[in-house]
Amino acid sequence: MTGVLPVALEDATKVVHALLGSGKEYVCVMKLHKKLPENRVKDVLGEFQGKIFQRPPIRASVKRQTRVRKIYYLEVLEIDERNVLFKVGCEAGTYIRKLCYDVGEVLGCGAHMHELRRTRSGPFTETGDIVTLHDVAYLHSKWQETQDLTVLRKFIQPMEKALELLPKINVRDSAVDALCHGAHLTAPGIVSLETGIEAGTKTCIFTLKGEAVALATATATNQEIIKKNHGIVARNDRVLMPRGTYPKLWHSKQLKP
Amino acid sequence: MPSIAAPWTVKRELITKSEAKTDLNYGCKPEERPYPDMLRFGIINLDKPPGPSSHEVSAWVRRILGVKQAGHGGTLET
Repeated sequence: MTGVLPVALEDATKVVHALLGSGKEYVCVMKLHKKLPENRVKDVLGEFQGKIFQRPPIRASVKRQTRVRKIYYLEVLEIDERNVLFKVGCEAGTYIRKLCYDVGEVLGCGAHMHELRRTRSGPFTETGDIVTLHDVAYLHSKWQETQDLTVLRKFIQPMEKALELLPKINVRDSAVDALCHGAHLTAPGIVSLETGIEAGTKTCIFTLKGEAVALATATATNQEIIKKNHGIVARNDRVLMPRGTYPKLWHSKQLKP
Repeated sequence: MPSIAAPWTVKRELITKSEAKTDLNYGCKPEERPYPDMLRFGIINLDKPPGPSSHEVSAWVRRILGVKQAGHGGTLET
């Protein structure tokens, strides 16, 4: 199958964690095993919006246990005889192959997935900055000839792009190195934050220059964080920035000789 | 069926808690990272070809660019 596959390089591989759990969008061709009236197919596909139960297929890399997945939208684009083209926005871990099979069961005639293309993975979409393997090979060799950095920047994006959908917390310079050493985020370090944060929300901590510092789980809501003067407000899950990028500005105990 | 808003349609606003300035002697804006760092902290939005597995494709990217490590976000079955 084809489509959006974000590939993270070296230290950026740590942000993959944030992408794995992000929502996806696919365009899919489903093949029905019998010709059915268009309205009936559309009605049944419409029922597969919202929360659905799904048991992972036999060839799956997870435990085969029925689980709930959210389908944000499912839009039929075209129906031609037994082929149904549709677009689906869904939660991470939804198997479209299985979705097609289940639609076939409900219709009573059976169906299977014929072709699939992923059109979105978190903040990455197939418009604009997407490149093929050929582009990567060509632009890399062009860079080696010209040593022109803009060529590399054309297809290698900063890892911060992958974190666009997470609520941001911006922190002051003095808090950065402590976070890089694995400390949890406390209230005085915060300069600003985005709405939509609650206890347990996955967030990303940024510097004032816009660099990602760490992935963290908030332990309080927006309002609580604004009011607080001290105490932990987000627990550090994954440090993204190397230690020593910013100066160390906290005091540690002197070891007595 | 109640529809659930997709995560990419959620709009967020920024709330300021306190004012602060950043020291330009440390760190660097993500889009202005110098050469080795922009690879180290880089991510590619790749259009996966049909056939090879997601794992193979990311291994090829690693070889083409001569980087130490490359990982993909979310398997796209062959």
